[in-house]
Amino acid sequence: MIVTKGLRKSFQPRRGAAAVDAVRGIDLNVAEGEIYGLLGPNGAGKTTTLRMLATLLAPDGGAATVAGADLRAEPSEVRRRIGYVAQGGGTTDQATAREELVLQARMYGVRKAEAVRRAEQGLAAFDLTEFGDRVCKTYSGGQRRRLDLALGVVHRPRVLFLDEPTVGLDPRSRSQVWAEVRRLREQGMTVLLTTHYLDEADALCDRIGIVDNGGIVTEGTPEELKQEISGDSVTIGLPGPEATTGAERALAELPCVQRLEALPGEDGLRLHVDSAATAIPQLLRTLAAVGIEPEHVQLQRPSLDDVFLALTGRALVHSG
Amino acid sequence: MKLARDTWLVYQRQLLLMARSPVWIAVGLLQPLCYLLLFAPLLTSALAASGAHSTADAYRIYVPGLLSALALMGGLFTGFTLLGELHAGVIERSRVTPVSRVALLLGRALRETTALLIQSALIAVLAIPFGLTVGLADLLLAMAMLALMALMASSVSYGLALLVPTDAALGPVVNTIAQPLALLSGTLLPIALAPVWLRTAASWNPCYWAVEGMRALFAGHLDAPEVWRGLLLTALLTVVAVAWSARLFAQRIR
Repeated sequence: MIVTKGLRKSFQPRRGAAAVDAVRGIDLNVAEGEIYGLLGPNGAGKTTTLRMLATLLAPDGGAATVAGADLRAEPSEVRRRIGYVAQGGGTTDQATAREELVLQARMYGVRKAEAVRRAEQGLAAFDLTEFGDRVCKTYSGGQRRRLDLALGVVHRPRVLFLDEPTVGLDPRSRSQVWAEVRRLREQGMTVLLTTHYLDEADALCDRIGIVDNGGIVTEGTPEELKQEISGDSVTIGLPGPEATTGAERALAELPCVQRLEALPGEDGLRLHVDSAATAIPQLLRTLAAVGIEPEHVQLQRPSLDDVFLALTGRALVHSG
Repeated sequence: MKLARDTWLVYQRQLLLMARSPVWIAVGLLQPLCYLLLFAPLLTSALAASGAHSTADAYRIYVPGLLSALALMGGLFTGFTLLGELHAGVIERSRVTPVSRVALLLGRALRETTALLIQSALIAVLAIPFGLTVGLADLLLAMAMLALMALMASSVSYGLALLVPTDAALGPVVNTIAQPLALLSGTLLPIALAPVWLRTAASWNPCYWAVEGMRALFAGHLDAPEVWRGLLLTALLTVVAVAWSARLFAQRIR
């Protein structure tokens, strides 16, 4: 549904200054009905990528097809087939949600009676009927965001672009937005979003592309990424120093163990394994065979932050 | 067809928003009234040199100048309303839709033109008790000229707002353009009173010809060469300004 090949964009901060490469060649392949997330710190090039795909910025190089239309050859055709919700939204303070929805639909060429009907549906679908005739100025952050989403899909696009959809929202509004996005996907819409929230990428996206420095560093499902990069780590508490040495010797030979080290200051081991689900039974069996009984076994699933750290050498949470 | 429809969409929305900010309407009407009531009476003696022998004569010279100044100034400063929309993301939201880019400009500039024509009609009516008399054909042609001036000035202003999208920078830029433009058009006092070098400078300013045309119309000289010259020049400038600004609406990132 969205295919890009070497999409590039650079900016010149000032006349005469050296150009800055915002996007250095992005390759994407987003399938129909997928929620794809571009995850990365601010300034990584996510928004620039999205704005290029939404026809707001002309790419310097590369090619892209969005919903079957060629981005560079027929941008107006792309516009007809996509919805785009900017990070800051785009509602007028003095207009009501209903007026905004009608206008938006009409800007896509929908006839007046049909636009009025769609506005009504949009209000209902995004839980806004109650406020539909109040001006946007009076809306809470969450209500405004839901209106932004309703505006983005009022013309029933096949592809929806969301730029940092939940930035600045309280937790309740956030999960409400997530639920709306999932509902849109169930209706067959393809969603490409940017986020610098790990939990958002993890909870909402079918696939994630990790963006750093204007390029995609790696991509995959949240589970794949976590597995591919760091595996799982397992901590085994043991009854004494003797058992620890014995266990170390026995477990080091197992193929599923990537590396292991003694726990500092206590009796036990920390092991890095490909997948804890399959490794733990093996670990326990091996220990039982050499007559060692572990006191406790703990499993730590890696987070996307571990993935980002492993790939870029920086923690995402602090680099924004 | 699509352009007309899209322009109408944008224009309707702009009128709605204007109707919802009554403060601006009040200010827009009070300001010219102040000029008309508090400044014009000073002119009878000042304009004696230009052949004004009565209050009515003074108004015939002053009112067309005042209306032209309103059209040019009001238009040139309307870019500030676009800044608000740019910051709210309204323009970006429109630019992602297939709506015509020329319509995004025209719908807004026509709102400004409408507001100006209402103001102007009101001023013309209020000047009647002071002895201003204008023929209907003259007045309609004058309104057409004013509409063109407002359309041109607001297109320029929107273009500037797209180029210089911050409050702090747009103010000085617009002032730098508006002040000499207004002074060299002889909007407040006729350029005929000026020394020769100033008159020469003014003759290079297209807005000067527009204002001269306005004065000829208010004096009842429908067939004076100033009239068609002013209309033609203003129409030409309007086309250029709209084309320039519409291009920016199509291209600008912000």
